[in-house]
Amino acid sequence: MLDAAAADRAITRGRIVTLLGVAALAGLYVMAVLYTPTERFQGLVQKIFYVHPPAAYAMQLAFVMTGIASALYLWLRDARLDAFAEASAEVGMWMGAIVVITGPIWGRPVWGTWWEWEPRLTFTVIELLVFAGYFALRSAMREPAERAKFAAVVGVTALVLVPFNHLTVYLFASQHPTPVVVGTKKPELPPEMLRAFLTGFATFTVLYLGFAMQRYGIGVRRLLEETADAA
Amino acid sequence: MRTVLRAALAIAAKDLRIETRNRTAMLTAGAFAILVQLVFVFARPPGEVSLSLLAPSVLWITFALAGLVVLNRAFLLEREQAAIEGILLAPVSRMALFWGKWLANAVLVVAVLTLAFPLWLLFFNVAPSTSLLGVYGLAVLAALGFTGAGTLFAAMTARTRYAELLLPVLLLPFLIPPIFAGASGSIRLLQERPFDEVAGWLRILVMYDVAFLATASLLFPFVVDE
Repeated sequence: MLDAAAADRAITRGRIVTLLGVAALAGLYVMAVLYTPTERFQGLVQKIFYVHPPAAYAMQLAFVMTGIASALYLWLRDARLDAFAEASAEVGMWMGAIVVITGPIWGRPVWGTWWEWEPRLTFTVIELLVFAGYFALRSAMREPAERAKFAAVVGVTALVLVPFNHLTVYLFASQHPTPVVVGTKKPELPPEMLRAFLTGFATFTVLYLGFAMQRYGIGVRRLLEETADAA
Repeated sequence: MRTVLRAALAIAAKDLRIETRNRTAMLTAGAFAILVQLVFVFARPPGEVSLSLLAPSVLWITFALAGLVVLNRAFLLEREQAAIEGILLAPVSRMALFWGKWLANAVLVVAVLTLAFPLWLLFFNVAPSTSLLGVYGLAVLAALGFTGAGTLFAAMTARTRYAELLLPVLLLPFLIPPIFAGASGSIRLLQERPFDEVAGWLRILVMYDVAFLATASLLFPFVVDE
């Protein structure tokens, strides 16, 4: 099932996709600086929003993919699914790191505090902690098949936690700006802003794919080394 | 269905019988629950932060931490002399094993809660009222879902070398929604707010219980299969 040549191919392809993503990110920065208007009340700091929500989306995408790959692993017991679940979770951790770093940078001038215990930011932190536990458990286990199985159980359970995560966003008073793109029927953003915003989402999807493919290849290689050591 | 129930009850009875004989979980978790409360009493400037203000938070922190102590023990017990293998060899479904272990854990966590609750009333000068029954009820409700996820995770961490370390790290993020809902509901109950304001939190707790008990019971067979 595990194949070293396929792993190397995944890494090479992942590099190409990541380069595309990085180029798109550079384009997104140019767009944000030169093309979009400056928001009247928040000023330049608003431009962080071409990165912050897309990173949050990429984190959620990554963790959901981990959950799906985990469920499939429990069913099919294919080590490649475990390698992908791990890869996706790790990329998700980094995307989450971008969210919790860019959030306070925006929050300081706009809310007046670096950190606000605002539901969505809080639950990003909780998601990160869930996956910190996921990696702690992985690191404590040596036997690949058992590690994969246990990690998959956590991955699926983490997926069940996600709706509770989102539920709270709507139930609790929130200081977070309400979504203007998804929340209303007609987008009210100026078209330039909307285009840059959507470019951000596309860019982070490509970046997620590129990173996850590379990390998947590395994961498969590691699994091969482990089984070679054991034999 | 009935055989599953009977097997689950037998497993729970076994765990609870072991507990009534050596009382390790109750003694450690009970003492621990008291200590957590004492730490809160002493970790505050006495004249400045009133105990009644801290009371609801302390109850939920105590509950979560003491619950972890109970859960940690559940599968470490089975690891001694590889007792779990005896159960796995028995013609008992894995589902029944989950429900049995869960029931024993839930009973023990509720027992520790029942022990800590009057002490909490005493230590934190909580005014006696009928809404305290509601607070206790919220805690019991939270305990059901909490032990569901906890039983699943404890079965896994007990198989590693760092069980006592891993379980809190793995489980606590999953406890934040029920603790949040439970504590928010309790605060409103203690302030004698109308029931409408508690209903939403109650609903979250019920949904959490259903979701995590169902998930844990479905995933548990994967954790114990060889």
